[in-house]
This record gives sequence, C-alpha cells and structure tokens, in this order.
Amino acid sequence: MSRLAIDVQDLRKQFKVQNNRAGLGGALKDLFKREYREITAVKDITFQIPQGEICGYIGENGAGKSTTIKMLTGILVPTSGKLKVNGYVPHKEREKFVKEIGVVFGQRSQLWWDIGVIESFQLLRKVYRVPEADFRRRLDELVERLQLGELLNRPVRKLSLGQRMRCELVASLLHNPSILFLDEPTIGLDIIVKTEIREFLKGMNKEHGTTILLTTHDLQDIEALCSRVIMLDDGRIIYDGGLEELKSRWSKGREIKFQFGSAVSMERLRALTEGLDGVTWMLENGVEAAMWLPNAINVSDALARVVGSTADIRDIKIMETNTDEIVREIYQSGSAETKATAAAALETEADSESNGAERS
Amino acid sequence: MMSAYVDFIRIRFLMMLAYRVNYYSGIIIYAINIGAYYFLWQAIYGDKQVLAGFTVAQMTTYVAVSWMARAFYFNNLDREIANEIRDGSVAIQLIRPYSYLAVKMMQGFGEGLFRLLLFMVPGMIIVCLLFPVSLPTDPTVWVIYLVMLFFAFLINTQINMLTGLFAFFVENNEGMMRMKRVIVDLFSGVIVPIAFFPGWLSAAMQWLPFQAITYLPSAVFTGRTPLSDAWGVFGIQLTWFVVLLVPILLMWRAARTRLFVQGG
Repeated sequence: MSRLAIDVQDLRKQFKVQNNRAGLGGALKDLFKREYREITAVKDITFQIPQGEICGYIGENGAGKSTTIKMLTGILVPTSGKLKVNGYVPHKEREKFVKEIGVVFGQRSQLWWDIGVIESFQLLRKVYRVPEADFRRRLDELVERLQLGELLNRPVRKLSLGQRMRCELVASLLHNPSILFLDEPTIGLDIIVKTEIREFLKGMNKEHGTTILLTTHDLQDIEALCSRVIMLDDGRIIYDGGLEELKSRWSKGREIKFQFGSAVSMERLRALTEGLDGVTWMLENGVEAAMWLPNAINVSDALARVVGSTADIRDIKIMETNTDEIVREIYQSGSAETKATAAAALETEADSESNGAERS
Repeated sequence: MMSAYVDFIRIRFLMMLAYRVNYYSGIIIYAINIGAYYFLWQAIYGDKQVLAGFTVAQMTTYVAVSWMARAFYFNNLDREIANEIRDGSVAIQLIRPYSYLAVKMMQGFGEGLFRLLLFMVPGMIIVCLLFPVSLPTDPTVWVIYLVMLFFAFLINTQINMLTGLFAFFVENNEGMMRMKRVIVDLFSGVIVPIAFFPGWLSAAMQWLPFQAITYLPSAVFTGRTPLSDAWGVFGIQLTWFVVLLVPILLMWRAARTRLFVQGG
C-alpha cells in the first residue's frame, strides 16, 4: 500500500521560445534568421507522493504548475530528470499509462462539445474499454453523488460551467483511475459547486483511495482537501509539507475587529489592552478598530478586556490568519526559507507596531 | 477499442448531419464549377475530337467525376489539427488511451461518409441531368473505382495531416495550408488532367502522390485506363499510402518532444 504513486527526481522542462524582434526591420530579420530564447519552466524539482494522498500543488501564475502536471500526465516530454507515475514513465508508455489516470483541466473541456453528456460518457467507456457492467455501476454512483440526473441528455455546449465541471469530473473517473490530476478544477465556479466538488473529491479519496494531485489558486480548495502542500515558485519547490505546519509556521497571530457604537480614540483602546504583550490596535475609522494579537495571547483574555470595558460594542469579528495571506506573503518574498528567517528576525524585534500596520 | 474508433466515425457523421444545410449550397457550388469547366473544355476542343488522348465525352465525364470525387475526399483535417495544436486542446487528446492521428483519420472518414452520401451522390445526380456525362455500365468498374476513391481519401487525408502537424514546428502554418490546397487541386488533376501538363511536369507527377488522389482513379473510371491496368493504379495508391505513413509518424514523434501547450 505504501507504494509511491508519483516519484519525481530532478525533473526539468525547457522550452524554446521564439523571440519576435520589434519593428519592421526586426520582422525582416526574423524572416531570415529566427532568434530563440530558452525558458526553463520547471527547474530540477524532486518530490514523492505516496498512494492515497491528496496533495495540493500551488504557485503563482507561470510558476510551472501546469507544466509539471503536463509532464506527469504524459502530455509533455521532460527535458531531463526521472519521472515515474504509477510505475510508468508517462511519455514513453503513454497509451497504457493514461488508462490508469484521470485528468481534469479546469480551463479545457474533455467532453465532446456537440454530443450529449451521456454519449460522451459512452464514448469514453469504449475508449477506456470499461466493461458495460462496471461502467453502469460507476456511472450510477457518480451521477447520484454529483446530482447529474437530468443533465445527462443535454448537449455539452448547453451546460453551465458548474454543470460542465461536474460532468468533467465524472468523465475523468469513469475508468476508475488510481491517480487523479486536477488542474484548477474549481476555477470560475460558485461557492456551492466548489463545496460540492470538494466534498465529492474527499469522498473519492476516502472510499477508493484515489491519489489526488491538484493545482489551484483557491486556497480554500487546499484547506478543505489537502494534507500536504507543494509550493512552487519560478520553477522551484519552495515548500513541501503539511498545511497545518505551513500555517502554524507562518501565522503569527489573529485579528479581532470591533465595531463601536460611538467614536473611540486610539489612546483609550491602547489603555484597554495595557499589559498584554504585543497587542496592537489599528483604528480604521471613528467607530471601527482592529486589534491584532500574537498567538501567545489568549483570545478570551484580550476580548475580556475590551468587552469588560464601558465601550459600546456593536459587533465583533475574529479573523484567523488565513492561508491566502500566508501564501501571499511567501509569494511576495519569493521563498519560504528567506521569509522564515525574515519572520524570525521580525519576531525578535519588540516593535510589532509596523507588523500590525502592514497587515491591514 | 475498435468500437471506439467506429464511434468516432459515427459521431462525426451525425454531427455533420446536424449541420447539413451548410452543404446544400456546396452542391450548387460544385455544379457551377463543373459547368464552368465543361464549357471551358468545350471551347478548348472546338471541333477537335481528341486532345491529349481525351475525347470530348471522356473529358466531360472526367471533369464531373473528378469534382464529385473531390466533394468526397476533401476535408479540413489540416485546419482542425493545426487549430488543436495552436489552442492547446491537443493536450486533452493526449490524456486518452488512443492514437490521436487514428482518431483524426476516423473523424475525417465520418465526414467523408457524410460527404459521399449527402453531397457527392446527390451532386452527381444533378450533374448527370445537366451535362452529357456518360457513366460506365460495367459494375466491376464501379467497385474498383469505389475502392480507389477510398484510397484517394486516405492519401489526401495523410497529406492534410502532414500539413496540419506543421503547426507544431511553425507558429502559423496558414500559408502552408493554403498552398497545399492549391497544389493538391492542381497536381491531382482536378483542374487540368495531368496528361495536359508539359512533359517535364507530368513526368515529375509520376513521382508524387497527388496523381493517386484524382487523376489515376478518374482515368480508370472514364475508361482511359483499361481495367487490366487498374491493378497498377491500385498498387501506386497502396504504395503512397504506406510511404506517407513514414513522414507522418516521424513528424508526430518529433512533435511530441517539441510540444508546448500554449495558454497554460
């Protein structure tokens, strides 16, 4: 069972990109002698994913996520490095290999545009050579779980994005793949469909032990699904580990937002939390203020001070540092490691005022 | 797996059927083309009986049959393949356990079947009513011609594939696709039978696959090539079919390592 689903070693992909020189003279020169530029999209990455894991693969646009997925699924041929997925070298044994994987590209449809959904599924059944009985059983299960019932007879082009996405998922799972690759599966979907898809994927993973690798820009996908995150920046892996670890390492505190009935002053607020180390206040306008408190201090302690005062409080919101913010910080700094040292340096500095201000 | 390939034929056929109205105008356009060439050749012949071995009657039949054959074997696979490469949807094709090129061939055949039944046959009937076309009466000629027509489709589709696959190597192969279209129409003998080409050119044509698309089959059908030589024609077609597989496969393999999927 502990077999590796994905084993990647020093994987690299370079593209030759044509340089278009500017102006008419440049165009003429291009006509006779093309200039190429080498771009390394994926720079010697190494990681392993055991069977049955759900792993999130995140990074900014152009970080190399899609390129990696395309190498893992056998679409692209790597420039160098070792690659084994499900025991196959994807691009070498493509036709055999792809029978055991499922792929969903959020931005491309794999259903046939002009025919009905069920016809697409039937065609896939034949393409993947799924026995009729297995197909029926699986289709019934998937249709029930994703509530596709009345969509099956519609042509794909008449489906909404959310409906289409659910159909895409079914299409990628009809042949019961052991690994599922999802490239931005929730892009452009509303929150209800997103939640539905997340629940569904979780169920698939639990019941069938399907290994899932997904790329996304929606970190809630990651929070809802993934036990592990691989973060990519400029073609390199900058973080590989648990989500909780990422969060605890990065979140330095919480924020509590207050809405007061009448105007309050900064001095008054500061006085309220006198003696709580590291607590800072931000006055957003006359009646709204945000309190930032480090993890070391209990929320209840800080809250008690404010609530216990004579201030007229209309509303309180506790904001957990969310993954979005953490990831944004890491992206901006470029690397988890450099950020870690920077953060450590910050923590030793007593002046957390600037830190608090930066957060708003 | 075979049944999946058959399904690709069926689905493309049904899809074409859904858009059949687009093809009604095509029948008229082909009829006009045939008419134009018919009158052109009438003028060229004047009161001569035979030119380059063609009698007037043979030429009329040749023009009608060649154009109607083109109505069958013509397809836009080159454009389809180039578009799929350019917009990156070829990626989706590669995650499926089938041969992309075989599927394309099947889709082309589905389209061909549609064109045969709803374009070529009714078109032929209309043309026969309008112009003095004399069709052979020997059923063997018909059978042999149908097989040759099938190979004409295969060879033309292979040329289309080669042209389409160039999209892997150049950013825009639009010009190449247009050039291919003109070359195939001219060199296959749809516009002018190869017998009318200057000596050196018609000699060169002997070594190119285009003659196997229209000229040779039509020559058998119109009776210019006796049935006893039909096997030779068939051999040429078969040879080209096999020979053309080689550059296609080489190109496909080279393309796989060069592929980069545009747009993410």
